[in-house]
Amino acid sequence: MEKAEKETQENIKKLGNEVLAQLRKVNNPDIQLPIRALSNIYFDEKKRLIRLGNKVSHRTYLNVAHTRKFMQTLMVASECNKIIDQKVTISIRDLYYALKRTIPGTKENTFEEQQESDPIIEDIEVALNTLREKLHLKADRKGYLAGPLTVKDSGDTIDASRMGSSGWGIPSNVEPENIQLNNQGAEYILVIETDAVWQRLNEDKFWKKQNCLIITGKGQPDRGTRRIINRLHYEFKLPVYVLTDADVWGYYIYSVIKQGSINLSFLSDRLGTPNARFVGLTTQDVDKFGITENVTIKLNKGDIKRANDIMKYVWFKPKEWQHEIKHMLQVGYKLELEALSSKGIRFISEKYLPEKISKRDLLP
Amino acid sequence: MTGERRTAESMADQHREISISEFFEKNRHLLGYDNKIKALLTIVREGVDNALDATEEARILPDIYIKVEEIKKEKYKVVIKDNGPGIVKKQIPRIFGSLLYGSKFHRLKQSRGQQGIGVSGAVLYAQLTTGESTKIISSTGNGKTHKYELKIDVKVNQPKVVREKVTEDHDNKWHGVQITFIAEGLYREHKQSVMQYIKEVAISNPYANIVFDTPNGRVEFARGVEKLPAEPREIKPHLYGIEVGILTRMLHETKARTLQTFLTSEFTRVGRLSAMDIIKNAGITRENLQTGKEEPDFNISPKKVKHNMRVALVDAIKEVKLTRPPTDCLSPLGADAVQVGLKKELNPEFAATLTRPPEVYRGWPFEVEVGIAYGGSITDPTLMRFANRVPLLYQSGDCAITKAVGQVDWKRYGLAGDKMPDGPVVVFVHFASVWVPFTSESKEAIANYPVIIKEIKLALQDCARKLASYLSGMRRAQAIKEKKEIFERYAGETAAALEELTGEKRKPIEEMIIKLVEEKWGEIVKAINGGEPETPEEESPPPEHDIKEEGEENGESREGDAGEHKEAGE
Repeated sequence: MEKAEKETQENIKKLGNEVLAQLRKVNNPDIQLPIRALSNIYFDEKKRLIRLGNKVSHRTYLNVAHTRKFMQTLMVASECNKIIDQKVTISIRDLYYALKRTIPGTKENTFEEQQESDPIIEDIEVALNTLREKLHLKADRKGYLAGPLTVKDSGDTIDASRMGSSGWGIPSNVEPENIQLNNQGAEYILVIETDAVWQRLNEDKFWKKQNCLIITGKGQPDRGTRRIINRLHYEFKLPVYVLTDADVWGYYIYSVIKQGSINLSFLSDRLGTPNARFVGLTTQDVDKFGITENVTIKLNKGDIKRANDIMKYVWFKPKEWQHEIKHMLQVGYKLELEALSSKGIRFISEKYLPEKISKRDLLP
Repeated sequence: MTGERRTAESMADQHREISISEFFEKNRHLLGYDNKIKALLTIVREGVDNALDATEEARILPDIYIKVEEIKKEKYKVVIKDNGPGIVKKQIPRIFGSLLYGSKFHRLKQSRGQQGIGVSGAVLYAQLTTGESTKIISSTGNGKTHKYELKIDVKVNQPKVVREKVTEDHDNKWHGVQITFIAEGLYREHKQSVMQYIKEVAISNPYANIVFDTPNGRVEFARGVEKLPAEPREIKPHLYGIEVGILTRMLHETKARTLQTFLTSEFTRVGRLSAMDIIKNAGITRENLQTGKEEPDFNISPKKVKHNMRVALVDAIKEVKLTRPPTDCLSPLGADAVQVGLKKELNPEFAATLTRPPEVYRGWPFEVEVGIAYGGSITDPTLMRFANRVPLLYQSGDCAITKAVGQVDWKRYGLAGDKMPDGPVVVFVHFASVWVPFTSESKEAIANYPVIIKEIKLALQDCARKLASYLSGMRRAQAIKEKKEIFERYAGETAAALEELTGEKRKPIEEMIIKLVEEKWGEIVKAINGGEPETPEEESPPPEHDIKEEGEENGESREGDAGEHKEAGE
């Protein structure tokens, strides 16, 4: 067994042994967990990343509000210990099913749905200062990449410029131990919010014309996708441009790629790419590119509330962002990437993106 | 107008000529014989009330036997037997054989006998419906037993002895009365039945031992208290309750020679000075022959007090401060006895009882006792009303008790229901007074005097509070039990996980958890009882947490749901 794995396993066992020691002393056992919520994060101005603070919560057995979660925490830990022993990696969905059973004498299950076990995995990651991958867990892959890049994965070499219309599916675990990357001449990375637009650009071989890599996270990108953006940026010094819908949800996707998320703030170093830039869309593009207003969408209540919320976040404080969000609220509309098709189907690849990137018309 | 104007006296003479059976027929709805079911109840009630009054007055713990037997369709034999002092021979025919004879009629003492027209009414009803005479057996405990078979001579309202016999057996120490009626009736066991009546009697007279042979078998109501309630004292009326009509009658019947002595001797709590004040204030004067001045006439003969003077007197009474009537004339059951009564007959899970301090309505002292019994064998909500320990089964809607119950906000006490608490609840209300203000002659509902309603309501609220605190205690106990169950429920899986992590065996770990729960139990219970809030795990996400991200896990995608909140679930 590798040294790193052994260390992870020792950490997991330590969690169990500490609980047992407390039980032996007839003390209410207590698992301490850093709080993963807005109340316990801060923005690291120097590194420009969201960081986890040092507030800790106590999950104790003799508290009816905690007992079930306490049990679940130990169950997830023990299952991770088991699969490391067995040298297998399972999906987080497998884990859920492996641990789901009916508690004897009740109609209650140990886990009722996967939404119960997923946060527990994150709790353990942060409590043991480890990674899901090191616990031998993985998630379904979600992101896709295409462009001049070769990837070594489990002994196979994959050419991401020869993946046809589908692209290379980015696995959940893209740590250097498993995945090695080789840049074949790409000059920048374009991250696209929606799969449909990614496919459009792939069909046009945009990456070939522009000498870039195109990536989609299909909405909010998963850890693997964010990690690969991070690695590509740092390993090959490639600039990162993000293209999303012109709405608050798109802007937030950008911010997660850039400086990490609240929930996974303990992973911001690995997942955040602070040098990423926002290429579009913005509501200001409507005038700039003469997009007709009839392809815009009126803001709803949720949009307006969320716009006012994110304006207060430190990482949206740069004046360009404040200006854009205010502008959106003022004109009262948002727009989707597909709105650019109103100017012609290749407008996005032949005019919009090249122009924005070459003119450095970007948001910080 | 033609014809001679008739005086009341001549009308009364005429009344006497109306046959007593006609009188009975015309008034049977007032006398408790409206229908066959109620008639059977009235017969039993007259007998049982008499039995209880007689035994209590003789300070004997009552042993009462009742039998209702159907001897032919809708024809019943009803037997009531007590262990009272018995009745002396010469009084037997008069008590049972003439209507409206009795010692209780003008007496001001808390007693049962205010209902119906007395046991002779039952004798008459039996005679009118079946033609049968009523058998009375009585002994005073001297070894002689008198047996009578009686009827009522309806023309003259006099007893007619059909058969009479005396037996002597000096070994037989039994004393008491046994009455046997043969009458039309109908036996049912619903809410307003003989059975319900006897059950309620057993609650309100817990010192009585009652055996009831029904047509369907024997039911026993065992004695729950070995002590009779204190004997009520007889009192004179109090002036505050007096009305012109009663005053007129009393002025007419008094032996006092002057108005002043009439006031001091016929009423309670009236001294010489108060009496003089009342007469002065009423403006009853006469001319002083020496001075020629009008001065108060303290010595006017009661017989000469005219109607306008009586009205003036009643008004003047209100101006004079009088001490409240004495309350030792009342004999409440006591909260403890009510508690026993409710528990032995209803077998509830919880009962709260209360006796309020005496109060006065219109000069009459009264006392209210309340009990609320909950759960156990009780299944349906029931209101039980009593006046001087007698169950009131009819006319609930008109009664002050029902009104008071309806005014309590039961929801405040954790009980559902609007006018009456819902669920397994029996509400017991006993009104004790020397004079029960019934709304009508049928004597089934207590008049709605505000002070009476107020007293009942206060007592009910007090008991409801106790019940509410009991119920919340139950809920707390339930909460504690549930908590313990939670701690025990997760012990097995927690121990199994710890076995995997530590290599220790599952069983001892599970035992450690159970031991932990037991050891810390005191603290946990204390925290719950003290209402201390559970320390929340600090990780509960703040509202900002609706920033949904990391949509990877459930594969939810932003694609395709344009316009709406497109953030993925975590």
